Amino acid sequence: MSAAAVTARRWAPPLVGFGSVLVILAVVEVLIRIGAINHYIVPLPSEVATSLVRVIFEEDILHRFLITAWECLAAGALLTVFGVAAGIAFHQARLLRLACENWVAAMASAPLVLAYPLFLVLFGRSALTIIMMSFLVGLPPVILKTIEGLSATRRVLINVGRSFKLTPAQQFWKILFPSALPTIFVGIRLGLMFALINVVAVEFLINFGGLGQLINDLAERYDLPGVYAAICFVVLISVVFFVLTERTERWLRSAA
Amino acid sequence: MAAAVTSNRVMPVPQAAASAILVVEDIVMRFVTAEGGLTALDKVSFNVAPGEFLAVIGPSGCGKSTLFNIIGGLLGGYQGRVAVGGEAIYGPHASIGMVFQEESTFPWRNVVDNVAFPLEIAGMPRGERIDRARRFVSMVGLDGFEQRYPSELSGGMRQRVSMARTLASEPKILLMDEPFAALDEQTRLLLGDKVLQIQQQLKQTTLLITHNITEAVQLADRILVMTYRPGRVKRIVDIDLPRPRSSEIVSSEAFGRYVAQIWSDLRAEASRGMVDDESRVLHAGDHGT
Repeated sequence: MSAAAVTARRWAPPLVGFGSVLVILAVVEVLIRIGAINHYIVPLPSEVATSLVRVIFEEDILHRFLITAWECLAAGALLTVFGVAAGIAFHQARLLRLACENWVAAMASAPLVLAYPLFLVLFGRSALTIIMMSFLVGLPPVILKTIEGLSATRRVLINVGRSFKLTPAQQFWKILFPSALPTIFVGIRLGLMFALINVVAVEFLINFGGLGQLINDLAERYDLPGVYAAICFVVLISVVFFVLTERTERWLRSAA
Repeated sequence: MAAAVTSNRVMPVPQAAASAILVVEDIVMRFVTAEGGLTALDKVSFNVAPGEFLAVIGPSGCGKSTLFNIIGGLLGGYQGRVAVGGEAIYGPHASIGMVFQEESTFPWRNVVDNVAFPLEIAGMPRGERIDRARRFVSMVGLDGFEQRYPSELSGGMRQRVSMARTLASEPKILLMDEPFAALDEQTRLLLGDKVLQIQQQLKQTTLLITHNITEAVQLADRILVMTYRPGRVKRIVDIDLPRPRSSEIVSSEAFGRYVAQIWSDLRAEASRGMVDDESRVLHAGDHGT
């Protein structure tokens, strides 16, 4: 394969992806302009694009972006540490797992965001409320996927470890953990996604902090292009965290 | 009964046992099943001399894999004794290196790091263990693939990585459980050549568990034929074919004679296994209706 072909193969997927988004936006633009979609409900994509610059300079969006990203990072760190630790504990202690696994799964589908008044009482109208709620919302997938990943370790790999006389700690860190890492990271990505949605939702609800509060403000002012532009920054946070988790996973796998 | 067991224990050990590196003595293994008890192995005894290649052959269900797990120390709860160099062993032992039937490379490690795994566990510094691992990678014929990951390799190449990993731990006895069972016949013959070459080079004592007659005759100095359930030693056949051998030997007349002889021993056992399987399926069907 020539160098040009290799380059083309590498860049083709992101270019096609980006191109598809542009095509969809162009179609939406046309549909709004011919009146097929109500302009007062969905703003023109071209207006949203120009609003991106406006929200950066007029609404101090970078500062809000950092607040939301920081809250999300704090919730993500908590749910990774506690979620993976709880998953490991559940995997090691069969009784604990049988007793609690269904409760954790039930917690995953509970609309915890509705419990925000309780958290306001506990932690006040502060970033801590947002972080703690998001941490709890993102926790179940991390726990469940950690258990799933560790339990799915192939028997023969465990036997290889036994045949080389690994200590229980080596057996865990050299075989079980790296084998479970891809599944654990699926859980962490899901958890982060839930946490990010929750961070923005609670910021919106309690009118405090970063992008969620800005979206609330812009919506109250009926600045729809601004709302959509701010949502683009929420998506950007999600992309940043996705890339970060992917890098971390690759690094951890190679270090194991 | 106890007396009989005792008398078996003190039975004069065959002369070869004195120089044997591996002694397997009166192994009895029973499993508890839904239908009661199942004797998987019944008084299985044999010795392996240093540098010897012994193949254990038997039909499915003769307890070959149970024997593999007992000798490798992965399975307890048996009667009898396994000894390496005169010392009875319980549990996994550094003298015995196991190669498993299923694909067992670590997908998160590249070839050389897979092979260096036992050296890493032994605490060898990275530079030294990578150098040594490269030697074993080269020995199994995977030069140039050191940095590749198992997902980039074929089934045969992955089994060679597993073998190199076990050899890197420099075990006194290489214990293999149908390592080529999942591969096609041609790859299997060619990998057999590789095994013969390595065994010759390292003078590696090897115990191969297999159900493949061609493979057993191609590789082994002696073949131990097992009976179908409960697994007992039916016969031990000396394979008097010249060494160094290669897969070309499969076309020789002597090879054909050995294959025929072992098949005549195995045939009755394999048929018994088949009838047993069929009646079990029928029985299960009766319960189902």
